[in-house]
Amino acid sequence: MSDATELKKTPLYEEHVRLGGKIVDFAGWLLPIQYPEGILKEHENVRTSCGLFDVSHMGEVWVSGPETLKFCEYLIPTNVSRMKFGEICYSCFCNEAGGIVDDLLLYKKEEKRVLLVVNASNVDKDVAWIKARAKGFDVSIENASSEFAQIAIQGPDAEKIVQPFASVVLSEIEFYHFVVGRVNGIEGIISRTGYTGEDGFEFYIRPDAALPLWRKLVSLGAKPAGLGARDLLRFEACYMLYGNEIDEVTSPVQAGMKWIIDFDKDFYGKEGVVKKMEQSPSKRLRGFEVVEKGGIPRHGAKIRIGEQEAGVVTTGNKSPSIDKIVFLGYVPETVKIGDTVDVEIRPGKTVKAKAVKTPFYRGSVKSKKKA
Amino acid sequence: MKKYTKTHEWVSLHGTDATIGISNHAQELLGDVVYADLPSVGKTVKKGEILCSLESVKAAAEVFCPVTGTVKEVNNALNDNPEIINQSAETDGWIAKLTISDRSEYESLMDESAYKAFCATHQ
Repeated sequence: MSDATELKKTPLYEEHVRLGGKIVDFAGWLLPIQYPEGILKEHENVRTSCGLFDVSHMGEVWVSGPETLKFCEYLIPTNVSRMKFGEICYSCFCNEAGGIVDDLLLYKKEEKRVLLVVNASNVDKDVAWIKARAKGFDVSIENASSEFAQIAIQGPDAEKIVQPFASVVLSEIEFYHFVVGRVNGIEGIISRTGYTGEDGFEFYIRPDAALPLWRKLVSLGAKPAGLGARDLLRFEACYMLYGNEIDEVTSPVQAGMKWIIDFDKDFYGKEGVVKKMEQSPSKRLRGFEVVEKGGIPRHGAKIRIGEQEAGVVTTGNKSPSIDKIVFLGYVPETVKIGDTVDVEIRPGKTVKAKAVKTPFYRGSVKSKKKA
Repeated sequence: MKKYTKTHEWVSLHGTDATIGISNHAQELLGDVVYADLPSVGKTVKKGEILCSLESVKAAAEVFCPVTGTVKEVNNALNDNPEIINQSAETDGWIAKLTISDRSEYESLMDESAYKAFCATHQ
């Protein structure tokens, strides 16, 4: 662990400690991996009712200025001009080799103001990256991470719990859209987004407003949930985790994120992405179900086809929602649904697994309406 | 009387039958157990060797054998309900029963108060 004095605390740190959260170092932030209820119960709360996550460690970067939209169009592979104001897209920054610098959410706020939400572990790298790409564009880049606390309320009951003290009609906010409004009397960004596969909202608010909002939501029935539950939930829904499924080497196409790319426009890293697509044989991210007893394949476990080493596990766990041991991993693109592979749980212990459809579990999350 | 190891297993002895599990402290550290890879009956395991492994939602953990012996019985209830280890690690959550030959291995382990003191100083 790094020096304790360097670790950052969110505005809710003391509250996590008070609630009995087990605190760990996550990307340089002191955050609860779980509360006394435990990861499985927290997971169940989110799937069946409503969970509450402190995601204040996430990075927020404003892009502002006359050429904001033109610049964003160049910065990420997703088509930004086709988006409406108030709409959000999931995307990534691609490097020259077609790898992924980071994944992100882009909030299209105004013609001259766009918010990028990036991973805590990558904030400094991303800000430097964005600034380097911005040369020659009439834009300014501002790392506003310290100005925001972020709370995610996730689960089928989320809307019902928040509505009574929201200034806006939440049912009118579509999936992957946002508004500026008040929750608990505090103005902020309210977005219908999340990382769990369930319906829900993320609030971007002033740091000093985080504690009263958190306590209000808990008092109305939202149950605190930690990083452990968050990882399990996102894994079942097959959402990418930077450093596991995606990194500077894997391309968005390999990771199954081709849908975010508009190949009809120019964007930074496009040549690399296209080149990686032409490389054959290539690897693809696939989901697998373990069909033999023996254990749980974890990040880094080797995948074999016959005697041949064929790939590697990115995330594996027992999915409580489907009661099966499943994993995500990179394998040759020739592997199809139903095919069998061997996976090494630990040296000398190998079990059979078969390729299955992803996501492993589909929760209450709304689908995005086609424009 | 229950005895404990520095690697957080417990063992209780009835004649030459040693019942083995992980301590309550260990299950707290491990978190929700979701899979128990139980040892095979008939397998001989030496003191300090890996008896089996447990998987929690967070990670895998190895269970080290506190005493040399031959696996006589395993707790098959853990196959379908590994969470018993979280609910009652030191009773219903036992993992295996071994037939042992060397009682001195058992005698040399920590008793409950020594184990509690050990846990308090090794946080």
